[in-house]
Amino acid sequence: MTHFIDRRLNPKGKSLANRQRFLRRARAQIREAVQRSLKEAAVADIDKDRKIKISTKGTREPRFRLDRQQSGEHDFVLPGNREFVPGDEIRKPKGGDGGQKGKQAADYAEGEDDFEFTMTQEEILDIFFEDLELPNLVRTTLTETPSRAWKRAGITTAGSPTQINLVRTMRNSFGRRLALKRPSVADVERLQTGLEELEREEPQTKDTRARIVALKAELAKAEAKRKWVAFVDPLDVRFNAFSERPVPTSQAVMFCLMDVSGSMGEREKDLAKRFYMLLHLFLKRRYEKVEIVFIRHTHDAQEVDEQEFFYSRQSGGTIVSTALEKMLEIQRERYATADWNIYAAQASDGYTQSGDARRCVEMLNGEIMPLCQYYAYIEILDEREMEVFASEDSGAELWRAYRTVAEAWPNFATKRISKPADIFPVFRELFRKEEAAA
Amino acid sequence: MTRAAPLFTEAEWDFATLDRVYKAIEEIALDELKLEVYPNQIEVISSEQMLDAYSSLAMPLMYNHWSFGKLFAREETLYRGGYTALAYEIVINSSPCISYLLEENTMTMQALVIAHAAFGHNHFFKNNYLFRQWTNAEGILDYLAFAKGYVAACEDRYGRDEVEAVLDSAHALMDQGVFRYRRPPRPSRERTLEKHRKRRQYEEEAYSELWRTLPAGVAAPAAPPIPDPEDDDDDMKLPEENLLYFFEKYSPGLRGWQREILRIVRTLAQYFYPQKQTKVMNEGCATFVHHAIMNRLYDKGLIGEGVLLEFLHSHTSVVFQPEFDDRRYNGINPYALGYGMMADIKRICEEPTDEDRDWFPAFAGNTDYMSVLKEAWTNYRDESFIEQFLSPKVMRDLRLFALHDRAADPAYRVSVIHNEDGYRGLRTTLARQYDVGIAEPNIQVADADLQGDRSLLLHHHMHRGVPLHEQTKNHMLAHIERLWGHEVGFDEIEADL
Repeated sequence: MTHFIDRRLNPKGKSLANRQRFLRRARAQIREAVQRSLKEAAVADIDKDRKIKISTKGTREPRFRLDRQQSGEHDFVLPGNREFVPGDEIRKPKGGDGGQKGKQAADYAEGEDDFEFTMTQEEILDIFFEDLELPNLVRTTLTETPSRAWKRAGITTAGSPTQINLVRTMRNSFGRRLALKRPSVADVERLQTGLEELEREEPQTKDTRARIVALKAELAKAEAKRKWVAFVDPLDVRFNAFSERPVPTSQAVMFCLMDVSGSMGEREKDLAKRFYMLLHLFLKRRYEKVEIVFIRHTHDAQEVDEQEFFYSRQSGGTIVSTALEKMLEIQRERYATADWNIYAAQASDGYTQSGDARRCVEMLNGEIMPLCQYYAYIEILDEREMEVFASEDSGAELWRAYRTVAEAWPNFATKRISKPADIFPVFRELFRKEEAAA
Repeated sequence: MTRAAPLFTEAEWDFATLDRVYKAIEEIALDELKLEVYPNQIEVISSEQMLDAYSSLAMPLMYNHWSFGKLFAREETLYRGGYTALAYEIVINSSPCISYLLEENTMTMQALVIAHAAFGHNHFFKNNYLFRQWTNAEGILDYLAFAKGYVAACEDRYGRDEVEAVLDSAHALMDQGVFRYRRPPRPSRERTLEKHRKRRQYEEEAYSELWRTLPAGVAAPAAPPIPDPEDDDDDMKLPEENLLYFFEKYSPGLRGWQREILRIVRTLAQYFYPQKQTKVMNEGCATFVHHAIMNRLYDKGLIGEGVLLEFLHSHTSVVFQPEFDDRRYNGINPYALGYGMMADIKRICEEPTDEDRDWFPAFAGNTDYMSVLKEAWTNYRDESFIEQFLSPKVMRDLRLFALHDRAADPAYRVSVIHNEDGYRGLRTTLARQYDVGIAEPNIQVADADLQGDRSLLLHHHMHRGVPLHEQTKNHMLAHIERLWGHEVGFDEIEADL
C-alpha cells in the first residue's frame, strides 16, 4: 500500500529554532556585519531584508582532516586521460593545492573565512536598536506592522452565516422561483379549496369525479414542484465580503539638514545617519508615504541626493540659516502644509558664523516652527567636549540660541550627543506623545 | 504486444496521475525486476520544505542546534540567489521508506524520482549488508523523536549554552564516533541507572515488615547484588577508535545527560556510516533501476516519446562525468561510476567479449544479469565492489588514470593508466580511494589514566606518512579537552604498513 502525502501545506519554517540558535551563536560577528552594512545603506532602506557577510569565527565546525600537502604520499584516480602515459610528471598547481581531493576537504571543513546569508528586517532592526538603547515599548511600536481595518468589499458567495446578506439572498431566491415557475402557497391553496368544493358536491357525477382526479393530479404535481424548486436554494445565498486594508494615513516629509563643512568627520556623519534613520523609521510607521529631502550646507545650502549628502565633503564657512532658508523654499514649492506633515532633523557640530544664530532663531520662531510637526536638533560632540559642556546652559552660540527656541516650542528638541546611545533621548518627546495617543 | 495508452502526456502532475504511475512502476519493479523494498511513503513538499530538510541532515525530525540553522541560511542564500538548484528528491532509510518529491518537478521527473528513490534506493537500503547490519530502519524515526525530546528537555533543565557546548564537541567528533568492526557492547549509563532505579523501587514496594519478625538465624531473602555502575570501568578495552563511545563511558567529568547526548550523536553517526561507504553503489543502484523502469514503461507504451526524451535528458546530465581539467570537475561522479559499472555488468552478462570472459569468468554470459546485480547490491560496499567488478571497459570509457603524489615533490607522477598493464593497479588504487578506513584519519585512544592524574593519550596512526592538518587539530583538541575535562596528549604514530 502506497501513501502519497501532500506535505506542502504543513507549516514552513521548521528550522526557525535552529536559525535563532545560529544568530545567537554568531551574535558578535553578526552585529559587526550589520553595523558595517547599515553604514552603506540608504536611510530609507533600514527595514529591508539584507545580505550579511560574517566571518566564520565563532561558528566553526572543525573535523579532523588529513593534510596531504604537509608530508607523506598518496595515490588518486582521475577521469579523462588524453595524453598521459605512466611516468609522466605533472607540475602541481601553484598555491600548494594538492589535488582535487584536498581542496574539497578544505571547502568542507572550514575553508572560507566568510559566510554569507540573508537576514530579515526584524533581525536587522533588532541589532540596530541594540546600540541605540531604545526602551522596549518604543521597540515594539517601531517594529509592529501598521494597523489594519476591515472594510466592505462587495458581495461573495461564500462566508460565515453571520454575514449573510438577506436582501441579496432573497432577491436571488425570488428571481429563481419566478424563472422556474414555483407554485406559490396561494396557488396550492386555490387548488385545495377547489378540490374540497368538488368533494363536497352532491351527488357526485362521473364528471365531478373525473375533475377531482385531475385536480388531485395537479395538486400532487404542484407539491412535487415546490419540493424540488426550493424556496431558498444554496445558489441564492450571498454574503457581505470584507477585506483587510491598512488604515489610511497621510503623508509626511522629512527634511534632513546637515553641516558638511570640514569639521564634520566620518564619525559625526555616521552618528547623524543613525539619527535620521531612527526618525525615518518612526515616520514610516505613522505615515503611509514618507519623503526625504536632504539639504547640506556650508556657507551656502543645496538640496542633494543621499549619496552626496553623506559622502561628499565641501569646504567653506558655516552659515546655518542658509539651510533653513533652503528648507522653507522647498517646502513652499513642493510640500504644502495642507497635504504634508513636516518633520525636520538637523545635525551640526555647533559652529556657525557669529551673528547667524540670531537669524536662525528668528526664522525658526517666525516661520519654521509654525509649519513643523516636530523639529529635532542634535549637536555632535566628541567625548571630551561632552565633559566640558556638561551643563545644558553652557555651549556655543548656536546651542544657546536653540535653547531659547526649545523653551518656546514644545515640539522642538535639542540634544548633544557623542555616542549612539545618546540619540534616542532626542526623540523621547516624540515617542511619549505617541504613547499617550495610543 | 499491443501498446497501451500513455499514462500521462502533460507536464503538470496531480495525485491521480501520480497514483497510476506509481502502480505501473511498482508492477515493473516488483514483478519484473523482482526488487525487495520497504513499504513506500511518498510525500510531496515545497521548495521551502526541501531547504528545511536539507538543513537537518535530510531527516524528517531532528534536535535543534545552531549548525543546522547555519546550513539553512547558507543553502537558502545560494538557492534564492540562483547559484544552486534543489535536489529533485530526498529519500530516507526508514521503514516505511519516506521519499520527498519536490512539487516543482514535472510529471516525468516525478515518475523518474519514484523509480529512483522509492524503488532503487529503497531496494538498496533494505538489502545491502551494511545497512542491515548497522541501521535499524524501523526504529530510526522513533529514535529521532526521542533524541529531539531529550535534547529539548536538557535545554530546559540545564540551559541552552550547556547543551550547545556538548553538542558542538560531539558533532566535531562525529567522524570518530562510529564502530567500524563490532556492535556497541553495553547499554548506556543512563539506561543502566534507570534499571537500577526500577529494581530498587520494586524492592521498596515488595518490602514487608513480616520478615523482621522471623527468629534470628533465618535470613531475609537477600536482594540480588546491585552492580555498582563504576564497576564497568575496569576494562576499557584499549585501544578504542570510537572516541564518542569512549567519552560516554569513561570521561571522568561528564554528567549523565551529557553522556546520553554523546550517545545520541554517536547513534546518528553510526546510522549514516553505511551511506558514506556506499555512495557509488547506492546511487548506481538507484540510477540503474530508474533507467530500467523508465525504458520498460516506454516499451509497454505507458509513456510517450516526448516523456522518454525528457527522461533521457535528465538521466544523461545526472551520469555526466566532466574530465579532470574541466571547470565543472568536482571529483568522480558517483552516479557516473556506479551506473557505468552496473550497466557494464549487464552488458557482460548479455554480450560478453573475450576480455570479459577472461576478467569475469564467474558471470560473463550469465543470462540472468539481475541476479548478479542483486548479489552485488547485497554483499558489497564501494571499495569491495570496485575491486571486484570494475571492468577494463569502464576504465577505458572514463579514461581513468592514477597519479602518485609525494608531498615533497614538485610534481605528480602518473603511475598507471587505462592500458593492459595498468588495469589491475588502477582498479586497486580507485578501490583504496573509496575505503573510508584510509580516506579518514585513524585516531585512537591509546591510554587513559583513570586512577591517577586522569590524563588521556590519543594516537593518530598515520597512513603513508600523511599527518593531520595542524590548525584543525588544535581546534579539535579544545573540543576533546572539554569532553574529557583533563589534560589530553596527542601523538602522531607512523603506522607499520
